[in-house]
Order: sequence, then structure tokens, then C-alpha cells
Amino acid sequence: MKMSQNNPDKDDQTSSSKKTISLPMSRVRLIMKSSPDVSSINQDALFLTTKATELFVQHLAVSSFNNGSGKETNTLSYSDLANTAEETETFHFLTDILPKKILARDYLKSLEQMQDEDGDF
Amino acid sequence: MAERPEDLNLPNAVITRIIKEALPDGVNVSKEARRAISQAASVFVLYATSCANNFAMKAKRKTLNAGDVLAAMEEMEFERFLEPLREALE
Repeated sequence: MKMSQNNPDKDDQTSSSKKTISLPMSRVRLIMKSSPDVSSINQDALFLTTKATELFVQHLAVSSFNNGSGKETNTLSYSDLANTAEETETFHFLTDILPKKILARDYLKSLEQMQDEDGDF
Repeated sequence: MAERPEDLNLPNAVITRIIKEALPDGVNVSKEARRAISQAASVFVLYATSCANNFAMKAKRKTLNAGDVLAAMEEMEFERFLEPLREALE
């Protein structure tokens, strides 16, 4: 397993350095072990999964920011993420945990409309 | 020892730092967005693990190896990760 290399041109704390990781592998391992049928995980596999997760966090943040309305407000908001999960195929697996939100009053309005159409009341 | 729910979450401070370094300087990230990304990252680990494990099982191995993880990335259509991952292993 590679340890962090000294690179005088880059801040050692930067997580975008090629061989360093910031996320704790022990925590990633815990999550991996919670998956059914997983017996053991070799050290390289754990390292790669941890690194991939960091790449994923960057990719999700950047895609959502570029895709969303954040550019005007200079803010990355939850709705940017939810929209990106729905619109981008590679992020579809996130739609259950990043549902789009709907205002309560809009939901109630659509419920009323459904009742009107049914004509039960 | 019982596992607390937060044990399956990734540390907020590290997630926040990774997000901030990826975005242009000065961009704000709402607390809700940070939490959501953290949860998404945990789901990503589970999905990647499950996918990688399928490859290991197909090869009749009980131990997940680096090749399984790389194959999983490709399967999940995250080919853009393959080169940086390979470089990180060298």
C-alpha cells in the first residue's frame, strides 16, 4: 500500500494528490463489510475503493454544481444534487436517497386536484 | 459492541474538505448538500462493493481484489476513475 509522497509543489493535505487518500480506510472497510456475501477484502481493493469514493465525491459535487442553478447563487444546494441524480444516468442509483423535494402546499394542491377528478366529494 | 448508525457514515470534516477542494474557490455548500453527499458516498461504497463482489464470486474467489474493484467501476460506468485509480496503485 502506498503512503503519501512528498510533493513540494502541492499542499500535502490536498486530497487530489494521486496516491494519498483522506478518507479513513477503516471506516470504508466497515461499510464494505456490511454488504452481504462479502468475506474478505484485500488491502489494495480497500485502498482503491477508498480512493474511488473520494473521486466520486468530487465528481458528484462538481457535476451537481455545473448542472444546477448554483452558478448564480454561488452555492451548491441539495436540489442541485437531487436534480443531477435524476438527470444523469451514472447517478441514477442515488435517486432513492436524494429524492426531489416538493413543497407541502404543492403536494396538497395536487391531492385536491386528484380528489376533484374522482368526484367522490 | 453494537454498531452505531454513524459508523456507516464517512467523517463530515473530510467529506467537506474534498467537496471544497473540488469546487471553485468561494463556492458555498449548504449543510444539507454536504450531508447528502456524505450519504451518497456511503451508498457508493455499498454499490461498488456489491458489484466488485459479483466479479470475485464469478471467479470463485472469496477475497475481493483490486481487479474486482476496477471491474466494478467500469460496470458502474465510472470509467473516468479507472486511470486515476491505476495511477494510485503504482
